[in-house]
Order: sequence, then structure tokens, then C-alpha cells
Amino acid sequence: MKILTGNDLGSGDVVWWDGKGWSRDVNDAVDVGDAADAILAAEEAARRVNASYAIAATQTADDVRPAHIKDRIRALGPTVRLDLSLRPGDPDAAKQVI
Amino acid sequence: MYQYDSYDQAMVDARVEEFRGQVARRLSGELTEDQFKPLRLKNGLYLQLHAYMLRVAIPYGTLSGKQMRLLGDIADKYDRGYGHFTTRQNIQYNWIKLDDTPDILADLATVEMHAIQTSGNCIRNISSDHFAGAAADELVDPRPYAELLRQWSSFHPEFDYLPRKFKIAVIASDTDRAAMRLHDIGIQMVANEAGEIGARFYVGGGMGRTPMIAPVIREFVPALQMISYAEACLRVYNRYGRRDNKYKARIKILVHEIGADEYRRQVEEEFAHILTLGLEPPQAEFDRIAAFFADPGFESGLSDAVDRSDPDFALWLDQNTAAHKQPGYAVVVISLKPTGGIPGDASADQIRLMGDLGTAYSLDELRVTHTQNIVLPHVKKADLYTLWQKLDVAGLASANLDLISDIIACPGLDYCSLANARSIPLAQKISKRFADMDRQRDLGELKLKISGCINACGHHHAGHIGILGVDRKGTENYQLSFGGSEAADTSLGVITGPGFSEDGVVDALEKATDVYLTQRSEGERFLDTYRRIGMAPFKEAIYG
Amino acid sequence: MGDLLRYRDDAATGAPVLALADFLAADNSVAVRIEPGEDARALLPHLGRIALIEVSFPAYGDGRGYSSARILREEGFTGELRATGDVLIDQLSHMTRCGFDAFAPAKPIAADAAAKAIATWPEVYQKTVDGRSPIWAKRHGG
Repeated sequence: MKILTGNDLGSGDVVWWDGKGWSRDVNDAVDVGDAADAILAAEEAARRVNASYAIAATQTADDVRPAHIKDRIRALGPTVRLDLSLRPGDPDAAKQVI
Repeated sequence: MYQYDSYDQAMVDARVEEFRGQVARRLSGELTEDQFKPLRLKNGLYLQLHAYMLRVAIPYGTLSGKQMRLLGDIADKYDRGYGHFTTRQNIQYNWIKLDDTPDILADLATVEMHAIQTSGNCIRNISSDHFAGAAADELVDPRPYAELLRQWSSFHPEFDYLPRKFKIAVIASDTDRAAMRLHDIGIQMVANEAGEIGARFYVGGGMGRTPMIAPVIREFVPALQMISYAEACLRVYNRYGRRDNKYKARIKILVHEIGADEYRRQVEEEFAHILTLGLEPPQAEFDRIAAFFADPGFESGLSDAVDRSDPDFALWLDQNTAAHKQPGYAVVVISLKPTGGIPGDASADQIRLMGDLGTAYSLDELRVTHTQNIVLPHVKKADLYTLWQKLDVAGLASANLDLISDIIACPGLDYCSLANARSIPLAQKISKRFADMDRQRDLGELKLKISGCINACGHHHAGHIGILGVDRKGTENYQLSFGGSEAADTSLGVITGPGFSEDGVVDALEKATDVYLTQRSEGERFLDTYRRIGMAPFKEAIYG
Repeated sequence: MGDLLRYRDDAATGAPVLALADFLAADNSVAVRIEPGEDARALLPHLGRIALIEVSFPAYGDGRGYSSARILREEGFTGELRATGDVLIDQLSHMTRCGFDAFAPAKPIAADAAAKAIATWPEVYQKTVDGRSPIWAKRHGG
């Protein structure tokens, strides 16, 4: 699947396109198919997202997994500070994104 | 320490207001990200993997207790309770919000600090010897010259859109503690035969994807012509540095391609012209600046005796303190490299505590080292034990300076959008594998440096052992190199061979250090043994 | 080409602006344009008769034109020095400090905003060609 990501302009938070808006949770990301460029252009112009781009990902039963390690780390947070990540209570979170 | 006058303050205040306006224009849509990016970078603001990152300048690595405490407060108020000290003697915050940034800069301005030119294709923060003003071996204090250069380079109108970033270091002793020859311009203050002070200019060094050691471009520039000479060096670079390929745009490529002699010829020609323009601040201005760096009221007649009866303290004393020029004083290095920790990270509480200890025990002065540690430059030997106890309670008494666990590591793929592999988890694994301090001390001085990409922020080229993280088909892979040095015997590391997985590189390290232990001669460091016996025995042990 | 911002009292020349090579080949032209890769010093023998030098900025990030401008002023050029092309408002103060006294930005900049931008810095650290007294001189009675 093809999903969209970027950062919130004001807060810098990592965000994912959920079909209607931008979510902090990668698992909300939806397949945009051929619409990537059109959505990104409109959202950037409206300043609802910054530094956005489209990436490949796979949908599993439990989650959405970006194809590249860099985006998997973006989706989680720093693997060396899981307390600051989106899965602070999960000691295996780092292993799963690598 | 240097103190702002109303002019310096007005400049920093104007910068805060300029950036406040620029942020507002970005948020309102008047500026696109492409237009805003160079403006925010010139104020140290990056967009990294998880958020904006702010890099705050610590000119020549020197700061007061009050400044350090404010850095801790910023970590709490605007970030997530910690900061990261960098190889440019700066501090970075990882979780900054764009709309907060003007207020952060305003807070910094209240203690004479800023984020000016900590990124972008301009002259960056001037770095220097972290023992300046305290070292027993310095000719003069290099910091007045660094401050002169700081003012000259701040908002320099001609050099704000250089082909690429530009880094300057100034030292004044033969022992290089600032990786001086790995800078775009490295300056060593020297004396000529008449005893006059001047600047020896090395130009065209750097790390990155094409590491180069800077050649001498001029042996002696009279101190009162240093700014004019720097101006000439920069003008030639601005006009003729490559702009067609960002990977070939640093001045080292220009100097390499046209040759040091031709570069020197062009600089000398420009210099002769510039000398006619009267651009150089007068002696009185240098004297004004230098007065701020006069010795900070050392007491005389103090004893050099230190009670070594606490064995843990004695180990720290031997490892983490250095000779001071003043009898009865020592230079203390606070290691930010605890076993399993994140190199260069400190919590807000630790930062404030270090600020307090700097005020109480080091004549209100601290330094940031390019090795990501903190220096208390002026500590009375009589206070060392008390100081150590306070550091120990706060987890700041790791006795590992210059040992294998005193690792330089860039933020890597955990934070940095340029990185190809993570650096920090590898540093943590290595420090845990070599956690036994007796073993570390047996291995002796061993400078290990890790970069998570070819940009080399972790100085891996200059590590006795260097590690470079690369992306191999989507998997993190690590290349090992031996033989680099950033000291006066500057050299560049040589890659051992094929790369390793994260665990594989730790195993390889262990094999390499075993070779050293078997083969070393009396008094040799790892680096010395490697230089004597060459790569072959190490290679055989690692890959054989 | 956007509106011209001009900070001179004399009237702008209406003469055609020649590319550097054409200018050097002609012997009576009074207006010339130099590109980032061209050596401003090639104009030195002709400065006396030139009314206008355009310094072209095809991309804002290419800073060679700042050096070109400063060199021309250092060598005594007193005619109009005009920055053209990808000239952005946040660059006007530095360009002014390097000797530009006219701007022809590709995207127009409002005159009042430009005036404010040029006045960004209350003081300056360097002596350049704009006549402003640097901080180090003011500190010592200059």
C-alpha cells in the first residue's frame, strides 16, 4: 500500500494521512493509491502538513508497517528513549520496528 | 568570560525579532517551506525525524553557570527534559515546536545566548580548545581571537550564502584538543621569532564523505590582520567554491582541486586588496575583548595535595582531571558517557546541577567539549573530593575519560533525518560489553567514534577506532576503521574490510582489542600499536 | 520582472543592459549584467563609464553576487548596482550592506516591507562598503 506522512507544521509531530486528516498513529494510515500527489499538494498548500511525502507500507492484521526503517522509527519514536515513544509501555517496541 | 555590551545585546535581540517575524510569515503561509528552510537553519532550527530540533550555539564551548542553568530550564520548559551536547560544542533539543522557537531564542537572549548560524551555508559557531584559559601548555588564551572571529562572522553580509557550511576552530597550544586540522579553517595562535603573536592558517580540512587534513596556507598572519586574512580566505571560497554538486561544495574540495599553492596565491592577492580597506578591528578592540578572558581570580599558594584514600575517587581523579596552569587547581572533565547511556545526553536536572557546580567550584565557568563531555576548568584541588561526591550522586562521575566507553556518537537514525543507521544503540552495546572498568583502563586511551551516516558528525574518520553506519538493502550495517586521530598527529582512519551487523561489530571490536593487548609494546596505546604493526594482524583476527 | 526598488537620487539609465561578453566587446555601452560565475573584476577598467551593473541571482542560494557587488564598490564603482532575479526580502539588508542600491526581484516586494527589511540590523559587526560604522569602531569612539 501507499501511505502519506509528514510533520505537523506548528508542533513538528510526525503525522500520517488517515483519509480525512492527519493522525499521530501510523495504524490510522490509509492506502491512497494514485491520489498521493493531489492530496499532498492540497494539504501542504493549506499548511495542514509540512515536509510531506508518500511511502510504501504493508498492512498486516495488527498494524501498518512502513517499508523503510527510517519511517518505522518515525512512527514509533527514538528506539533508545521508548519512554518518549508512542509505545512507552512496550519493551519490545524497538525490536519490532527494526 | 566575555560579556555582551549594549551593541552585542541589540544584535541578538534584533535577531530574535527578525526570526519571530519569519516564523509568523511561515505559519501564515506567506513563506513556503522552501523559502523558510534556509531562514530557520540560520537560527539552528532543523526538522528532524520526530519533531523540530534546535541547536543552540555555545561560542568556543565556554559558558557560565547561569547560562548552563538556563539550558536546563529550556529542556524542561520547551522540550522533554533533556538536551544533547554535540561535537560542535553546542547543545541540541530534540522536541521543539516551531511556534515556541522565537520565545526560546528570547529566553536565550536574556543570558547572552543564541542559535545564530548553527546551521546553514554560513560561518558556523567558532570552536576552540575546551581547556583554553586553564591548560598548562597554551601559548595564549585562544578565546579572545575566537570571540573576535565570532563577532566578525555574525551576520556577515557577504558570506551568508556560501557554497556550503563553514567551520572554524582556534587553538593556541601544540596539543590539539579541538580537531583543528579537520576544520574548513583551523587557526593555531603561534609566536614568531620576535615573540609576536600571530595566526597560522590551515585551510581545507574536514570530515564528511571526503575527509581531508587541512594544509598550512600561511605560517604567520599578524594578529591584527587575522580578520582580513579570514575575509580573503572566505571571499576566494565564496567566489570559486563549487556550487554544482553539494557533495563537492566544501572548501576542502576547492583547495584540493586547485591545489594549496594556487589557493594560497589567490588568497594572498585578495588579502593584499583587503588590507587597503581598513576592515580590521583595532588593537584597542582586541584588548577590550581579551580583558574578559583574564585569569578569573585564582587564589595563590594553594596546596596541590589531594587525599586519595577513597579508591573510587582516586580512579576518577586519575582519569578525569587534567593539569591546570595554576598551582592548587585542576581541570575536571564530567563524563556524559555512563555505561549504557546516550553519549552527550544530560537531563534538565543534570544540566542545572552542572551549572550550579560550575558556579560553586569552577569560578562560574564551564566548557562543552567536542567529545560531548562537560569541563569544569578551574577547580581547587581541595574541592575535588566534595565535587566528585556531588557528581556521583547525580550519575555524572563515570571515570572513563578517553577510554573505550568515552564514545562520541552522533544522534543517528533514532533522531536524525539524514542518518542511515542508528548510532546510539551501538554505543550503548559497546559500553556495556566493555563495562568492566579494569578492562577499560587496561586498554588505555582508545578514542571510539560512531557516525550514523557519511556526513561524519560522529567524527568516525578521526577515531582510533571509527564506526560508520550504512544502509545495506534496508538493514543497518556498520563499517569499522582503525588509525584515525584528531589530535596534533591528525590522521584518517582506514576501513578494515566488509561491514558488520550491530552485534557483529561489537564482536569485531573485542577481537581487535585482544590483538592490541597481545601485540602492544610498553607504553603503546591502541593507536600506536596499530600504526606500528599495520592492519594485517587485526584483519586476520576479525575476519580470519 | 517585478517592480524595481531603487534607492538612488539620480534617474535610472534607459540604456540596454548587455551581457558581460557583449559589454566587453562594445566600447560605448553604459549598462552591463554579470552572472554568478563571471568575474566582476573584468569590469574594473570600465567602471568610469558604467551607469548600471546588474548582478544576476538565478537562485537565491547562490551567494557569489554578494562578493561581486562588494568588490565593485571596493574598487570605487558609484553607479547603480542592481540585484536581479531570485532576490528575497530576507536578503535585502545583507545585499544593501554589500553595496546594492537597487533591486529587481522576480517576485515583487512591497516598498514598505523592503524598507523595513533593509533596516533589520540596528548595528553592524563588519566594516563593508555601505558606510556604516561597525560596532568595533563605535566602541572606540569611531
